[in-house]
Amino acid sequence: MLNYTLRRLMYGLLILVGVNLLTFVLFFAINTPDDMARMNIGGKRVSQDAIEKWKSERGYNKPLLWNAQAPAVEKLTHTIFFERSVQLLALDFGASDSGRDIRYELGQRMLPSLALALPTFVLGTFAVLVFALLMVFFKSTYLDFWGFALAVVLMSISALFYILMGQYFFSKLLKLVPISGYSGGSDALLFLALPVCVGLLSRLGGEAIFYRSIFQEEISKDYVRTARAKGLSEPAVLFRHVLRNAMLPILTSTVAVLPLLFMGALLMESFFGIPGLGSYTIDAINGQDFAVVRVMVFVGSALYIVGLILTDISYSLADPRIRLQ
Amino acid sequence: MPKIVFLPTDVVLFLILLVLLGYVRKAWRNSDLRQAWSVVGRDTAAMCSAVLLLCFVGIALLDSLHYRSLLPPAATAPANAAPAYATNTLSLLDLLLTRPREAREKSYSVPLATHLFDKDSMQRGGVSVRDYPRLEFGGRHLEDPARQWASDVAWRSAQGLAAGLLASLSLWLLAVQAMARHGGLRSAAAWQLLRHNRTDLPWRAMLLTGSALLLALGWVAALWPLYHVLGTDQTGNDILYQALKSVRTAVVMGSLATLATLPLALLLGLLAGYFRGWVDDLIQYVYTVLSSIPSVLLIAACVLLIQGFVDSHPDVFVTGLERADIRLFLLASILGLTGWAALARLLRAETFKLAEQDYVLAARAFGVSHWGIMRRHILPNVLHIVLIVSVLDFSGLVLLEAVLSYVGVGVDPTTISFGTMINSARSELARDPVIWWNLLAGFVFMLVFVLAMQLFASGVQDAFDPRAQRAPRKARNQDPP
Repeated sequence: MLNYTLRRLMYGLLILVGVNLLTFVLFFAINTPDDMARMNIGGKRVSQDAIEKWKSERGYNKPLLWNAQAPAVEKLTHTIFFERSVQLLALDFGASDSGRDIRYELGQRMLPSLALALPTFVLGTFAVLVFALLMVFFKSTYLDFWGFALAVVLMSISALFYILMGQYFFSKLLKLVPISGYSGGSDALLFLALPVCVGLLSRLGGEAIFYRSIFQEEISKDYVRTARAKGLSEPAVLFRHVLRNAMLPILTSTVAVLPLLFMGALLMESFFGIPGLGSYTIDAINGQDFAVVRVMVFVGSALYIVGLILTDISYSLADPRIRLQ
Repeated sequence: MPKIVFLPTDVVLFLILLVLLGYVRKAWRNSDLRQAWSVVGRDTAAMCSAVLLLCFVGIALLDSLHYRSLLPPAATAPANAAPAYATNTLSLLDLLLTRPREAREKSYSVPLATHLFDKDSMQRGGVSVRDYPRLEFGGRHLEDPARQWASDVAWRSAQGLAAGLLASLSLWLLAVQAMARHGGLRSAAAWQLLRHNRTDLPWRAMLLTGSALLLALGWVAALWPLYHVLGTDQTGNDILYQALKSVRTAVVMGSLATLATLPLALLLGLLAGYFRGWVDDLIQYVYTVLSSIPSVLLIAACVLLIQGFVDSHPDVFVTGLERADIRLFLLASILGLTGWAALARLLRAETFKLAEQDYVLAARAFGVSHWGIMRRHILPNVLHIVLIVSVLDFSGLVLLEAVLSYVGVGVDPTTISFGTMINSARSELARDPVIWWNLLAGFVFMLVFVLAMQLFASGVQDAFDPRAQRAPRKARNQDPP
């Protein structure tokens, strides 16, 4: 298994290199530093001097791939490609275009992001599984039908509506929780309650339908008939047998997103004013801070790859028949 | 003669329509396809959704025939001067809705209101007072709104609903007649079949849906010429008009982005599954790289690039609408170009299985070229996957549009879309008293559209691939990581 994990890690590294190349092409080759400077300074008539100044302040005034003027090895290292893309692999994120240290910002913002994303994920997965199991438990009754209908409707509503309506009812009308904001310590609970609930609701419908179809397929298998025939109660069949056997598809869709929780939730964070990585990303997009966007792309894909590897490992833990090699 | 304008999205939309019509023709002649579609036809929810979707698509198509009207020649112009055209591009839908489009108020007004929502200072009998000003168009015909408004609205609503009722009655009569003639029955027998839902297709439910639409249409038709049925927004534009205009944006986003995924997904999916080996490795590598980048970030990066291009080439586009349209077009293309990985993965797996089949082996033994095998023996057998994924993704794309508009990488701010409607609602909900009608209109239209699309997609999936597990649809729309 160690061998397998190492091989997957190597492949992951290869993917990261690919991501890096792609972002480099997108951000520097197609969109030249001159364009970036123009967008950041703003306005149609920007003098070449201002552009040069903006570029040299941020180290974008070097050649892209090959610095012919530099001595020896620095021909390769004193380039935008090396400083901005290769260094990412060494986890050296550099400074954002507004001049702040990105790594420091990531460290600061990771915790609030996690404080929102982790409860949403855990409670959400729990709620979804319960909802789906209940639909299967009441199979082909009105409860199943209306539960399914409810799930389809929930799925068809944009997450933006949940957020807006949640803020309106619970913060503005009932004044139970603050509209937005964040603080550490025990106050965090107050600030996080609404975003967690809204996040939970917005993923309930789609995922419940997905798990319902998994459970339904599982419940038509022979071992379920055997379990029922030997007189097990329906809850015992569902929770002890079906749930465990449906573990693989559940793991596929949960473990893979686990590391991505660090990235935070873009919408929730920016609507509820939580200073996490999601709102950082949105601010960067709106402020056209390409350095931050690039780092977030890198971090996001690194976490995604970790998630894929974790999924494989969790398979072999959940199902002893699966051997990784 | 007005000058007809072909916007890029118009052209593509009508091309898609042509392709769809071609598919319908093919499905009608092919017995297998006909079989599968008749399963969809028996699904009540899917067929009712299809009725609604047809209306939405109809609106979108009406809104996709653009023209620039001919301006009357200037008095001083010579007789042989080149004709001058208006600078704003209009669509056929705009032409139909000229009255609500041009009836622009000053600011917010409640649905069916006669006065503005906010007080303003005005002169009354030589004294300056602050009061709610009358609307310039909504309820203008009333002498004394305080007294006449309720009875006028009630009377006109009754008229409109009665007309709608009449229209739906004639719809039912027509349907019964058609059924009787088609089946060689007496009308009464046909009516009994229809009433007890014993028809082949769920005609009863479809007719009920149609009747509901006709009733709503009658009501709107009776009131819209005189009132703003769903109120007005901050700049005084009619909300119902905006909601109808949003439909086109949603349809364009959904269909164009889906179309844009197809070439890459089909080509790479088939190649990877058919050739295996290093081709497979390479293609897998490419789509793993693509799908490992958080999708919103990838889209944002591409959109920022495009924005730079459009901003630095303002002279390419003649009118504002053309600029907004090219942005919509590019946005949809970006969604397609970044979103093909999931479909390609499914197609690869299916091709993997198909390439093992005996008939492929036989074709190879007969010396059919690789290209020929892929085109004639594999492609037709994976098309059902393409169909299912396309209809399933459609609604996700509509929802995604709203999110992207919020993030600031969505459609052009001047394009009316569900996303822009919801975005403006954010500040409106914070006001006191609250402005709810804008959000409500966006919500209802979007919900009906997406819901209809979901139900239809689910019907298609059940018919074409009943055993497949529904892929987690959370993937693209809800709160992307």
